Amino acid sequence: MEKILLKNIDNPNSSDIDEYIKAGGYRNLSKALSMQPKDILEEVKKSGLKGRGGAGFPTGMKWSFAIADPNLPKYLLCNADEGEPGTFKDRPILEKNPHLLIEGMVISGYVLGSENGYIYLRGEYPHAKEILNKALKQAYEKNYLGDNILGKGIKFHLTVYQGAGAYICGEETALIESIEGKKGQPRNKPPFPVNVGAWNKPTIVNNVETLANLPYIVEVGGEAYSKTGSKDCSGPKLFSVSGCVNNPGVFELPMGTSLKDIIYKYAGGIRGGKALKAVIPGGLSTPVLPADSIDCAMDFVSLPKAGSMLGSGAVIVMDESVCMVKVTHRALKFFEHESCGKCVPCREGTEWLRKILERIEEGQGREGDIELLSDIAGNVAGKTFCPLGDGAAGVVTGMLKHFKGEFEEKIRKV
Amino acid sequence: MFNDSVLNEIEGIKAKYPDRRSALLPSLYIAQREFGWLSHEAMQYVAKTLNLPEAEVRGTSSFYAMFKHQPIGRHLIQLCTNVSCMILGAERLADMLVQKYGLQPNSTSPDGRFSLVIMECIGACGTAPAMLVNTDFHDNLTEKRIEEILEGYK
Repeated sequence: MEKILLKNIDNPNSSDIDEYIKAGGYRNLSKALSMQPKDILEEVKKSGLKGRGGAGFPTGMKWSFAIADPNLPKYLLCNADEGEPGTFKDRPILEKNPHLLIEGMVISGYVLGSENGYIYLRGEYPHAKEILNKALKQAYEKNYLGDNILGKGIKFHLTVYQGAGAYICGEETALIESIEGKKGQPRNKPPFPVNVGAWNKPTIVNNVETLANLPYIVEVGGEAYSKTGSKDCSGPKLFSVSGCVNNPGVFELPMGTSLKDIIYKYAGGIRGGKALKAVIPGGLSTPVLPADSIDCAMDFVSLPKAGSMLGSGAVIVMDESVCMVKVTHRALKFFEHESCGKCVPCREGTEWLRKILERIEEGQGREGDIELLSDIAGNVAGKTFCPLGDGAAGVVTGMLKHFKGEFEEKIRKV
Repeated sequence: MFNDSVLNEIEGIKAKYPDRRSALLPSLYIAQREFGWLSHEAMQYVAKTLNLPEAEVRGTSSFYAMFKHQPIGRHLIQLCTNVSCMILGAERLADMLVQKYGLQPNSTSPDGRFSLVIMECIGACGTAPAMLVNTDFHDNLTEKRIEEILEGYK
């Protein structure tokens, strides 16, 4: 497949505006500004683009809610708080192709009627911050940002906002709280951010990868775009592959590429000639799949049928030597640490689950611990303010579903 | 208190947002840059500069892992041990930092040279195990490579 999102990133100067323009960059912005916003919205709807942050909500539909809201001003926030463990797909866009994101955001701002955008960048990406700030400066100098973009009287300003190490801020309402200068705790919904978002104004929060698709949709049109990928999930997708593979990295492939191909064809298969044991297909908070379930299309429709989720498309590959109890324990340590503390099932549940997993891993597991883990996970799932608790519960439930024997063995060995 | 150039920097940040409170996290980063860590006084300066209640500033600041509320060493090592790094040996690396440099997680070496924080995913999973030293990424770590890398941070 021709690269769209990672186009040109092998050029060592790909983040420079002149190189980007030389490769055809910002042409789609000119084209977009000669179109009516409502016509671009139609193309986005036709493209079938779904949000790449994990939820997979149709982008065109989300936008139309914010557009329909009469309140002004409207804000466009880019979620660059890439914190889902195993995910490193937005980093190449931010570090190597920042102008693609900027171009996508200016186009989006034009469609939404927004004059102010912010890139919420995770604190752990200091290098990306420098590159983005340089790219913004260049874009202002060349009039792709500012009060009179390309002389067309269009206004759009863009600022980088640096997060400070809180996974929960990847959740859109927590992100909004954070950019308002508060603790990153999720808000109740409704009202949804499209109506009452940042500074109580209609706000669109889109992932980096989602926004980076916009120039291409403008270029080829929604219908042509929708031909890439699988039937209900169109477009290119970035997959981050890590763990026990020969060739880990970020791969740009059509949505719906099979998990098996991603592991064996693109990521070079399992390291050291070992056997595959399990895969976490969409980032740490998506349920694990056993080795015999990898014949599955990686998209928002197929993975739920296989018992997991596409999430951020972060594939964590584990070979036969990896202990599932240990992985589950580490995962719950993460969720406990990142729970914002706002709601009880998540705050208490993640700690309790972690403690039980810790004692099982240390050989202190008790009879009935597996039932207790299931019971607690069942009482967290669906009962929390935001998806963090669901993710934590799903990890435990998924592991017990496929690898219960390993937990039992650890407990019996006492 | 902050000097004039820092105050100007904060004014510039405030202007980019509809509400001055949005300048809180950026101002805390600036205070951390200026003073090395966020002491009680540093947070008071931030509160005063932004005209926010001190309790709000402390509460917000302590929510975020990257704000430091105690003095740290000259170089900050942020080692990831989340799943992708763990299954490729990150825990051994954490043990090695304890043995060789006396660096317990969330502590500072006795000579004040390094502080160590165990991180949750730094987005370098494809080149795991990985760490940040100050703002530099270091990938594909082994015990030997960490020793060589840390030689560059005196």
